[in-house]
Amino acid sequence: MALDGAEIRDFRVVGTRPVRPDGVDKVTGRARFGADAYAPGMLHGAILRSPHPHARIVSIDTSRAAADPTVKAIVTRADFAEGLEDEDWNILENVMAGDRVLYDGHAVAAVAATSALAARDALRLIEVRYEQLPFVTDVDEAMKPGAPVIREGAADETVPEGMHPNIVRFHENGHGDVEAGFAQADLTVERSFRTEATHQGYIEPHACLAQLGPDGKGELWCCTQGHFAAARVCAKLVAIDASQLRVTASEIGGGFGGKTTVFIEPVALALSRKANRPVKIVMGREEVFRATGPTSSASMDVRIGMRRDGKITAAQGEFRLQGGAFPSAPMEFAAMCAFAPYDLENVKSVGWDVMCNRPKQAAYRAPGSPMGAFAVESVIDELCNSLGLDPIEVRLMNAAKEGARAAFGPKYRRIGLIETLEAAKAHPHFTAPLEPGQGRGISCGFWFNHSGETSVSLALSYDGTVSLSVGTPDIGGSRASMCQMAAEELGIPYENVRTTVADTGSLGYNDISHGSRVTYASGLATIEAARDTIDKLCHRAAQQWGIDREAVYWQDGHAKPSGPNAGEFEPLSLAEIASNMGATGGPIAGHFEITPQGAGVSFATHIVDAEVDRETGAAKVTRYTVVQDAGKAIHPSYVEGQFQGGAAQGIGWALNEEYVYGEDGRLQNPGFLDYRVPVASDLPFIDTVIVEVPNPGHPYGVRGVGETSICPPLAAIANAVSNAADVRMTHLPMSPPRLLKAIQENAVG
Amino acid sequence: MVEVVLWASLRRFADENAVVVVDANTVGGVLKGLVEQYPALKPHIDRGVSMSVDGRIIASGLNESVARDSEVVLMQRLKGG
Repeated sequence: MALDGAEIRDFRVVGTRPVRPDGVDKVTGRARFGADAYAPGMLHGAILRSPHPHARIVSIDTSRAAADPTVKAIVTRADFAEGLEDEDWNILENVMAGDRVLYDGHAVAAVAATSALAARDALRLIEVRYEQLPFVTDVDEAMKPGAPVIREGAADETVPEGMHPNIVRFHENGHGDVEAGFAQADLTVERSFRTEATHQGYIEPHACLAQLGPDGKGELWCCTQGHFAAARVCAKLVAIDASQLRVTASEIGGGFGGKTTVFIEPVALALSRKANRPVKIVMGREEVFRATGPTSSASMDVRIGMRRDGKITAAQGEFRLQGGAFPSAPMEFAAMCAFAPYDLENVKSVGWDVMCNRPKQAAYRAPGSPMGAFAVESVIDELCNSLGLDPIEVRLMNAAKEGARAAFGPKYRRIGLIETLEAAKAHPHFTAPLEPGQGRGISCGFWFNHSGETSVSLALSYDGTVSLSVGTPDIGGSRASMCQMAAEELGIPYENVRTTVADTGSLGYNDISHGSRVTYASGLATIEAARDTIDKLCHRAAQQWGIDREAVYWQDGHAKPSGPNAGEFEPLSLAEIASNMGATGGPIAGHFEITPQGAGVSFATHIVDAEVDRETGAAKVTRYTVVQDAGKAIHPSYVEGQFQGGAAQGIGWALNEEYVYGEDGRLQNPGFLDYRVPVASDLPFIDTVIVEVPNPGHPYGVRGVGETSICPPLAAIANAVSNAADVRMTHLPMSPPRLLKAIQENAVG
Repeated sequence: MVEVVLWASLRRFADENAVVVVDANTVGGVLKGLVEQYPALKPHIDRGVSMSVDGRIIASGLNESVARDSEVVLMQRLKGG
């Protein structure tokens, strides 16, 4: 199906800022999140977790727990499916340990009891004997000869022979001759960088309620970014048919990629099957930190050559990411995205996926891209400083545009990087004077955006209002955008459309709400479902008038005869046709199912001002401006919110957030007191500029906006802080001790 | 015939060729053609790949058309957060 070609049109609803449909529910407490689910006879589950970073499980004695009258079920790995392979096996191994625990917090057993307190108490009655094993939690250490081996045989064919078994995947992309390019450079800078693992930091901990009977039929209510995928994976892990498990997504209190997989859901299902009663599990914050996916930590080397005029002659990067005790680190995206903003003749990127004794990493907004951008954009900033060049002019000189070959291979279609750079250059922030002790940083960023399986249904009510069912959980305001697009097509008011996230029994398969795909893909499907509905409405009107369907067109919410030859008829409104639909052929509904293939890539440019206290090493962001190409902003307020959210999370990642592991291999800071996310007083007002360069792969030109906004912040903030402190910061987060040490060493050196 | 560009670390599974020529008119046909010529590519393709056809990134669409003169680039499977 050819969908190419964004329409240039005047929008009536799209581009406005109506009130969010879920707002009242959320501010009044009526919205039901994962932990709000209840069922008659419900039990409460709790999970026993490893206190060791790496150990062999010698034995698990559950007899004392089983004797507790409050305990109704106990599960271990033996209660899950056998014979799984590849990623299904990895997920199961992460959900419940097999013969070894692989990180501090790894699940070992679980109980269901009559209360949450009883379940937690019962965990103490389970006796696990461990044989502790050597461990490694640092990505560079894990690659060295002699490092403790997480799992033999985990590497795929891409890893050259002779590498350490912890190195499990290898990727390389690029083109040209980098050494020839470096020979043409007037200045080459090579630096090594590190970023630490950070958690997605969603407010709502994971929660679910499961009911699974001995007949293999079940229901699951859970907080997830993808209930269809949850159904598919959970069914495999507990060995039932996917269609026998109906999954309903709750409201979600943040996900950011961290709720694209399952952790507690299969455990609750297994407990429920064993107890033959519903089981609810709600994670505590410590569990969220210890056992759900943070992002990868990274170790990177970047080398860039530049002429005196600012032209980049060659660029090279090596990106080593650890993804916990499983093959999963998004090193290929770090390698593919890092140089994506630039039109380079000579570029080479390699990536290594490395296993450590840490929890299995989970996606976090544009996985891999922020780390790569941090390394590359820091080196570009240093080159600009050394050569006395303007950081935006240099980026404009090297910027990719339509027809440029991306570092990851293809030639770009229409893209908006230059437009974001021009808008940043024109923004008052870029030329505003800085106070003493302040520095300014610039960075670009890139993300692919995604499409995925999408199914939408749109049904008319007798009163002319519309019920729209989508299968993508609303993690960023998508219900409002869907209502707008449906209303736009149908020619009816925004308020006449209600969008519901339907359960897995109500729609065809929908991919997860990830990859910034929802407004693009579900939006595209909504538009096409509305057009399908319009076709049916026109058909009903044609039947009523006794003319051909082709002689009827739809305009402003009405079916109209297409001209004098079609006959003289009063236009029929949607409400008029709907009011009689039962007697004119039956219910009217439109559908659309697709895996769209035109997700448009997107770029952003960020400007950051920061000031540094040279006595304490504390850094503070004083001004922040996000400029990003949205393709077409359906609901500009939500788009701005995504921009601001990416910047806020980036500030945390750059300045404070960090998984700290001790000498004992255990996570030292599994709580918000010691793992410091930015609070309101840490943040300046984050200004936003929406650039709209239409994506030719969407009817309205939409590009995803949810992830690109977190790609530039690490570098933009690091550049601002480095310029303020007069020392290049190469290790994130730039926490006060780390920044103070760098300042002091620079003063001595 | 269609010229398919492989990402660099795949080339050693295709006799070090950066470009492989296959007879195909769909994305699925391209992937089938690659595996027929170089069976060592099969595990990578089975794990999932994406493809750019004339700059249009096809995340997973075996039936998408590929023209004889299309610029076709094999890419790692795309996903997001």
